[in-house]
Amino acid sequence: MDRSEIENRIKNLLVSELGLDESRVSAEATFEEDLEVDSLGVVELLMALEDEFGVKIPDEEAEEIGTVGEAVDVVEAKLAG
Amino acid sequence: MTKVALVTGGSGGIGRAVALELAARGNRVAVNYYVGFAEAAAEVLEEIGSAGGEGVTVQADVSDPQDVAQMFATVTEQLGPVDILVNNAGITRDGLLLRMETDDWDAVLSTNLRSVYLCSKAALRPMVRSRWGRIVSISSVAGLSGNVGQANYAASKAGVVGFTKSVAKEVGSRGVTVNAIAPGFIDTDMTRKLPDEVRDAASGSIALGRFGLPREVASAVGYLASEDAAYITGQVLVVDGGMAL
Repeated sequence: MDRSEIENRIKNLLVSELGLDESRVSAEATFEEDLEVDSLGVVELLMALEDEFGVKIPDEEAEEIGTVGEAVDVVEAKLAG
Repeated sequence: MTKVALVTGGSGGIGRAVALELAARGNRVAVNYYVGFAEAAAEVLEEIGSAGGEGVTVQADVSDPQDVAQMFATVTEQLGPVDILVNNAGITRDGLLLRMETDDWDAVLSTNLRSVYLCSKAALRPMVRSRWGRIVSISSVAGLSGNVGQANYAASKAGVVGFTKSVAKEVGSRGVTVNAIAPGFIDTDMTRKLPDEVRDAASGSIALGRFGLPREVASAVGYLASEDAAYITGQVLVVDGGMAL
């Protein structure tokens, strides 16, 4: 799976799972400030990512996810093994 | 709109009455039971069916993570995702603390509190996702006031209260309410084990002058699990006939 596909699937999840407006979701967008996702929303996102990509994201790695692009980074690294 | 309800320990006592109440309110009900109570659970299901309701029975030790995961998978497959969870399963192993065995402490905490953690966690995800859910846990007046011979039971039931208030805050923004009921003396097998003098003394301390009926607790659960209680969360509703401990 290449990076752009991962990014697209994550953007789709953000729209379908968190009900975010597609036009606001960019790679640079921060979850907390730009997208106004609360702490439970971040947990929802992590669970959705784990299901979507079949990966396990431990808390310490999850903490590094601040933007949509960083979520893509983490998933990409996981899939690369 | 019909919802899916899961009642832990639904084969007897308060759990049985709760299962019947939720079915009467039009919910499809999964009646959980512990090994050895299959017949009693089947009778509850039969009663639900003869009243025109729908449901299933599902065996699980609700203090065991694998059993709980299996139970939720089964219920979800047969009825759909759980919308209403009633954490009812509970046991007593009474004795004065100075004589209490560690096994009696662990057994009560596992069945009464660990189960609430395991089942609520399993139920929450689909609830959060669908932006609707009800968790109602059966606590006890013993958890609020303490009771001689019940340090383990009271600790587990007080734990349910703290759990309820915390989780209510965590998931309130997603339309999920989390509440507890604290029954007083209810006429069930659990209280029938009490010595007569304890029962008599208890009755004397109850304003209504009698033990409660399981269905009188169940109706309160039914209310908290309904749409009518949408703005109530993090609460402990005491159903004790007006008791002064």
